Amino acid sequence: MIEARGLAKRFTAAKQTVEAVHPLNLDVATGELVALLGPNGAGKSTTIRMLTTLLAPTSGTAYVAGHDVLRRPRDVRLRIGCVGQGNGAGLGHRGRDELISQGRAYGLTTAAARARAAELIASLELQGVADRVVSSLSGGQRRRLDVALGLVHAPQLLFLDEPSTGLDPQNRARLVEHVRRLRADHGTTVVFTTHYLDEADRLAERVVIVDHGRVIADDTPARLKAAHAGDRIALAFDDERAARTAAARAGGVEGAAVERSANRVDVRVAGGARIAPRLLGEFAAHGAAAAEVEVSRPTLDDVFLNLTGRSLREESGDRAAADDGAEDEEKESAA
Amino acid sequence: MTTTHTPANAAVPNALTDTVTVFVRELRPVLRDPVSIVFSMVQPLFFLALFAPLLPGTLGDAAALQWFVPGVIVMSCLFATGMTGSNLLFEMQTGAHERLMVTPLRRSSLLAGRALKEIVPAVAQALIITAATIPFGFRASVLGATAGLLLLAVLAVGLGSLSYALALASKDRDWLFWTVQQTLLFPLLLLGGALLPVSEGPQWLRVLSQINPLTHVVDAERALFAGDLASGAAARGALAAVAVAAVGLYVGIRAMRKE
Ligand SMILES: Nc1ncnc2c1ncn2[C@@H]1O[C@H](COP(=O)(O)OP(=O)(O)O)[C@@H](O)[C@H]1O
Ligand SMILES: [Mg+2]
Repeated sequence: MIEARGLAKRFTAAKQTVEAVHPLNLDVATGELVALLGPNGAGKSTTIRMLTTLLAPTSGTAYVAGHDVLRRPRDVRLRIGCVGQGNGAGLGHRGRDELISQGRAYGLTTAAARARAAELIASLELQGVADRVVSSLSGGQRRRLDVALGLVHAPQLLFLDEPSTGLDPQNRARLVEHVRRLRADHGTTVVFTTHYLDEADRLAERVVIVDHGRVIADDTPARLKAAHAGDRIALAFDDERAARTAAARAGGVEGAAVERSANRVDVRVAGGARIAPRLLGEFAAHGAAAAEVEVSRPTLDDVFLNLTGRSLREESGDRAAADDGAEDEEKESAA
Repeated sequence: MTTTHTPANAAVPNALTDTVTVFVRELRPVLRDPVSIVFSMVQPLFFLALFAPLLPGTLGDAAALQWFVPGVIVMSCLFATGMTGSNLLFEMQTGAHERLMVTPLRRSSLLAGRALKEIVPAVAQALIITAATIPFGFRASVLGATAGLLLLAVLAVGLGSLSYALALASKDRDWLFWTVQQTLLFPLLLLGGALLPVSEGPQWLRVLSQINPLTHVVDAERALFAGDLASGAAARGALAAVAVAAVGLYVGIRAMRKE
């Protein structure tokens, strides 16, 4: 469904060049549900804009829905749906009017466009607000309207750029549910971007992690976690001496990464649930009985942290600030 | 419902259908809220109310109105169409423009549909101004006024296209749009002889005025509303309006394609 080769974009603004997307190879098969996960400024939107014919790449090629984005953009546009990062519905228009126009743009008859608009209004629960001017809708309502606009022509391939930004948790869950249903009912191929870890984790079958314009990992969430992050055994001790002893013991476990700060010790290791009881016994035998323990499965944030040394969770809107923060972080490692 | 996704009743639209789609989309908010047409008219109506009494003769003097009203009609068209690019500028910022750019709608239709919609407010405003001045003694020949409105429609398409082209060129820089727009608006208007006669001015002013296509449209409107359809002024005005429309559409469509 998508075949990108060496797709790259360089921006030049105010004499500064930004390699927004480094040469990228990406294949997405029909029916896949793929998340592009990365912090703000990673190049997710730029990638989507190139794949949806909105932006000419600096170099490289891409076939999307069977057609070359550069040579046959209209053939691509006919076959894809795209929910951009902004508000697709014109703020001065009424939601239903926009849905009907959208249907007409894809060649539906006026009657068919009307029927389709009514269908989407019902399925995205916009009944009460579809006949109001868009600027009077809440952020969540607008976002659902944007999604409806992307679905009008029931595309075989749907792109969603940060579909849940600005939504409250309840609306985010609803959106996830909707995308799932779309997949189940129509076999639609879906590519969405997000900087929400849980969303990528829950919704995507495949996660492509991007950072600074490069793909740094690409696999199922389960395999990414298995490959790039072990389970986490979080321990707390009564005093720092005990913690130091425990950290030293834990360092002896094969494949374990240990971090200590004051009286807390974090052990990252595969099969953490099996190893924890043994470790606790060993600590007690050396006079360092643990006061608290918690074993948790890794998250995609752990994967990101492992790959980049930065936490995606802490990454704010300002990338530079987050980068600085990551460099300032001091880690004490006992091994 | 597992294999085909393209709705059965969809036919790949042609350029005309695309243009109609864009035209209708643009027109809907105007039809839903017709009062909006009056807003951009406030200024022209003020001019009419305040300037008309200053003209040679007194308000109600038919000759003065006969000269002044067609000028105000062109001014009103210039104000409304000159501003219309700001709607596109706004939609470029919110994401609505991007959404349309990713549909199969042709670039040319995205521009032409928007530009054609400008005809509706321009003609509506002209009708309101005409209706409002008739009680004060303004006289319009039906045939001539119809031809005058047609000419105005062509001008509106051209000016609207230029305003959209300016919006596309100003992308993310509102100030550029408004600076250029405001800088051009009044010279065009004054050199066009819409409000004051230029014929008494110095040589350089008259030369500039002759280069300004609006001058010819204004003269043509005066001739047409007076019922003088076969005049040279009407022909020159038609030529000027068509030229503005042709240049506007060319520049606008090019800007839309470059996006
Ligand atoms: N039109 C543009 N001009 C200049 N730089 C841009 C432009 N669009 C994006 N960028 C830069 O490219 C990088 C990637 O941006 P983007 O693709 O929007 O990231 P994301 O969607 O992952 O947050 C950023 O550094 C951004 O500042
Ligand atoms: Mg983005």
